[in-house]
Amino acid sequence: MIYFEHVSKRYGQQKDTLTDVNFHLPMGEMAFLTGHSGAGKSTLLKLITGIEFTSRGQVTVNGANLSRIKTSQVPALRRQMGIVFQNHQLLYDRSVFDNVALPLKIAGYHFSEIERRVRAALDKVGLLRKEKVNPVTLSGGEQQRVGIARAVVNRPLLLLADEPTGNLDPELSNEIMTLFRQFNAVGVTVLIATHDLSLIQQLNYPRLTLEQGRLIRNELGSERPQ
Amino acid sequence: MSRQRQNRRKSHAQQSSSRLQAYLSHHREVAAFSLGKLLKAPVASFMTIAVIGIALALPGAFYHFLKNAQAVSQSWDDSAQISLYLSHDTSDEQGKAIAAALTGRAEIISTRYISQSEALAEFKQHSGFGGILDALSTNPLPGVIIAKPNLSRPRSTQLTHLISELERMPAVELAVFDTEWVARMYAILDVVQSVIAIVAGLLCLAVLLAVGNTIRLDILARKEEIIVIKLIGASDAFVRRPFLYGGFWYGLFGGLFAILLISLALILLEGPIQTLAKLYNSEFSLRILSPAMLLTLLGSSSLLGLLGAWLAVSRHLAQIKPS
Ligand SMILES: Nc1ncnc2c1ncn2[C@@H]1O[C@H](COP(=O)(O)OP(=O)(O)O)[C@@H](O)[C@H]1O
Ligand SMILES: [Mg+2]
Repeated sequence: MIYFEHVSKRYGQQKDTLTDVNFHLPMGEMAFLTGHSGAGKSTLLKLITGIEFTSRGQVTVNGANLSRIKTSQVPALRRQMGIVFQNHQLLYDRSVFDNVALPLKIAGYHFSEIERRVRAALDKVGLLRKEKVNPVTLSGGEQQRVGIARAVVNRPLLLLADEPTGNLDPELSNEIMTLFRQFNAVGVTVLIATHDLSLIQQLNYPRLTLEQGRLIRNELGSERPQ
Repeated sequence: MSRQRQNRRKSHAQQSSSRLQAYLSHHREVAAFSLGKLLKAPVASFMTIAVIGIALALPGAFYHFLKNAQAVSQSWDDSAQISLYLSHDTSDEQGKAIAAALTGRAEIISTRYISQSEALAEFKQHSGFGGILDALSTNPLPGVIIAKPNLSRPRSTQLTHLISELERMPAVELAVFDTEWVARMYAILDVVQSVIAIVAGLLCLAVLLAVGNTIRLDILARKEEIIVIKLIGASDAFVRRPFLYGGFWYGLFGGLFAILLISLALILLEGPIQTLAKLYNSEFSLRILSPAMLLTLLGSSSLLGLLGAWLAVSRHLAQIKPS
């Protein structure tokens, strides 16, 4: 699903933020991307979502080589994935329902279908009763769950999360993790970046560990997918 | 995963039948959303709308006055005639032949040949100087061809050309446009029309810039939102759409405001113009804006709004992206 081959990334004239990163995350797997703050986790995710592009090496996502696609193809790439952000990135000028409906509107679904899927996604994250409220009125944990509902509402093949439990207490963090595990159980490929080791200690998923831009531990392997 | 993909494909097929419907309803929704945004900030929106309205009302009103003036000028056409005074050695047959040849030309509607003797008879009858002419041994009056010019546009230049061309004919001593003031009036109207066209062009540019600037500010104010929807896979067209509809609404409301302004001006001017027209014994009266004029105003204002928005969007939207 995600294949990194000798990937390096350098911002401007600085030293490399990522250096020779190799790994393969197979379809249907779930993995954690860990490392200290500043290790390059967010940068690695940005290379998958087409926000940034590699300085050297190749990134392949669901068969598409990202250094070869045109910028006009990036939106279609992003529509195949759900992205969860640390700071939710919700729109506060519209309701929870309309926030979650956004990916479906972008994909051009009919309203009846949108309604059905948004309800299902909100039900999944336990916020069905809050569909009409403005996300501003929700707690941090609830806002993060709205963000997750929005990420999964279009039934993506791939779910990416950057510090999804960043500001949450351990109990809420565990709830969020449970949600990700449930999506993975129904076949979604999941990659979660987090520096919170205590959170993932008891979870038995493969890890990628970055240190100063180098992949110092790779429990996924890096052989080329067929 | 494969089961999920099958589901996805199936629902996709179900959807494709109503794909167009979904697309149209999305457009309706975006149009309503943009309209809502505009109405939520009525004061700011009104500023832009007023600028557009005033900028379009000026050329619109001038053009309307010009059309009215031109309608009146139609009645002048009947009185317009060119007299061709023929040389003395031109025979009646030659005179008739020239008249007939002239009738064949596109610029001339009809001709009438007045022979030397007819001219004399006419003169005697109308002038009361018959006795004096009887004393002369020869007829001093030339033969005359009265030609009615076709005054369809472009009037002024065409007329002067025609007259000088007629005057160059060997049999013609003198060509006189009897109603010189008509020619001058047409020339003036032509100049006025060109001035209006130039002013209208400049003001349309002003409308483009006004809408463009408003949409630019709107884009900057909604930067966060644009980044978020780009992050979740919105195409450029999707991101652009609400702003283009915004420009369209500004243009449309600006056009309506222009119509309101012109109508107000017409009401205010009606009395004074009636008085003036009476003094000149003229039928001139201002008519209300024609449906064609209304459509032209609204159409061009919406189009200008859309274009202005397009300018802003193509300049600024590409620069806003997730980082
Ligand atoms: N847009 C950018 N421009 C320049 N440097 C950047 C940019 N984004 C990240 N960096 C640098 O790259 C390094 C890794 O950052 P990041 O990928 O955000 O790490 P992490 O998410 O693991 O905390 C940091 O030193 C950071 O300063
Ligand atoms: Mg980070």
